[in-house]
Amino acid sequence: MRFMVMLKATKTTEAGIFPEGSKELFAAMGRYNEEMVKAGVMLAGEGLQPSSKGARVKFSGGKRTVTDGPFAEAKELVAGFWLIQAKSKEEAIEWVKRCPDPMGEDVEAEIEIRQVYEASDFPPEIFPADEAAREQELRDDLQARAAQALR
Amino acid sequence: MTVADTHRAIEAVWRIESAKLVAGLARIVRDIGLAEELAQDALVAALEQWPESGVPDNPGAWLMATGKHRAIDRIRRAKLLERKHEELAAQQETAVPDLDAAIEDEDMGDDLLRLMFTACHPVLSPEARVALTLRLVGGLTTDEIARAYLAPEATVAQRIVRAKRTLAEAHVPFEVPTGAERAARLSSVLEVLYLIFNEGYSATSGDDLMRPALCEEALRLGRILAELVPREPEVHGLVALMEIQASRSAARTGPSGEPVTLLDQNRARWDWVLVGRGLAALERAEALGVALGPYALQAAIAACHARARTAEETDWVRMAALYDGLAQLVPSPVVELNRAVALSMAFGPAVGLEVVDALTSEPSLKGYHLLPTVRGDLLVKLGRLDEARIEFERAASMTRNGIVRTVLLERAAACSR
Repeated sequence: MRFMVMLKATKTTEAGIFPEGSKELFAAMGRYNEEMVKAGVMLAGEGLQPSSKGARVKFSGGKRTVTDGPFAEAKELVAGFWLIQAKSKEEAIEWVKRCPDPMGEDVEAEIEIRQVYEASDFPPEIFPADEAAREQELRDDLQARAAQALR
Repeated sequence: MTVADTHRAIEAVWRIESAKLVAGLARIVRDIGLAEELAQDALVAALEQWPESGVPDNPGAWLMATGKHRAIDRIRRAKLLERKHEELAAQQETAVPDLDAAIEDEDMGDDLLRLMFTACHPVLSPEARVALTLRLVGGLTTDEIARAYLAPEATVAQRIVRAKRTLAEAHVPFEVPTGAERAARLSSVLEVLYLIFNEGYSATSGDDLMRPALCEEALRLGRILAELVPREPEVHGLVALMEIQASRSAARTGPSGEPVTLLDQNRARWDWVLVGRGLAALERAEALGVALGPYALQAAIAACHARARTAEETDWVRMAALYDGLAQLVPSPVVELNRAVALSMAFGPAVGLEVVDALTSEPSLKGYHLLPTVRGDLLVKLGRLDEARIEFERAASMTRNGIVRTVLLERAAACSR
């Protein structure tokens, strides 16, 4: 199973500044990421720029309203994320506990772990199959099917 | 934390640490069977103590220290026995090797690599290699392996016990082979990983969660291996191949579990994170600047599909060239048939038919319904309908799959109209 691991934003990340000690912190983060890559766990991960560089699109009754950042409530914003592959939520937690203090030792920080939906988590009827179209394709392309089946 | 919570936390720690633990201990005791027992002892100690004391800050180091102490106990006891039995006159204190130094000095990665090579040693049967790798490197329980392979737990347990004994009796050294042997042994490791992957990937029933878990496990072990030996192009090739194949998992079955073929798959349902990782792994293989091996070539073929935004955009000329390369490297009638299909898509049905015709007398393809299916299809494209009908009928008689047979018979009938 997969987990999206989200590092919550703070005033500092929202300000887009790199306070003292950032160099050490980045090095520690780098080592941590490397450890997860070496363990075959980390699928992806990125840091996000402050919300002042982002935007929100609101959907309401067919209307789309765009609001430019920044947005208030830093702790509800995401400052970075990892996508990891783990066997259980506990394994994901264990990995996250090994993360260096994300904002430095004396600064409070929070990381949220969320499980990613997989295809098998959805009831099959949620994916409507275009049966007719597929059947036609099946007939049209037996040859292509051979290419696939042999591989 | 309840006891159950702690047990789940220990399971998670075990998942992360067990391979390193077994590998590190194996270097001390030079026996992976014994190393695993010691690691299990450490696990039992954790299960006993952690619910009381809480999970330590560095659980991996705790397990390793505990395992090492058990190793020292064993060595001491063995020495003691030795002394008693031989009634040594000189009662000097036998030095216990400096295990701390042994643990810290060498890179953990080397131990892990040794463990992989040893578990995949050619002295073992392929089934034994798979079971041992899943158990020692993957950290899976015997029960999990048994469920994944739909085998009785006792059978798998036996297989693992026997494999360990075989390794001990053959005095297989705990080391990474060098020179010419290294290449052959690395192939064996890759083969084992791909066997595990395919066991999970070819599973038709989605009921048992353990089978997809095999794909994930093979991918994880492949990714670990790629970081351990980053200069081996075939390792990246295999990782690329598995990532790209796994990216299609969700798209390759329809709502009622029926297979959906590659060119018919909804590409929006491909896992684009895995596609991206697969393409990146293939680039790593290519960047090493040597001719691509069989895994990297297959990955390049898979990448050709992955790069096409729609089935129609597939680069069949490149595909044909890649199959050509694969056929030269690992000649097989099945690769040849694939090459014929790619050639026909790239250069027209007549070119493909020439290659297919050369395969009709191939004994290993006798009874293989895809050979007449492909031939029939090419004949239709060339307007030779009478011959095509015969091929479709022949193909229909060869398949046991009802849906496929119906489709083939319909195609045969269409040739007579």
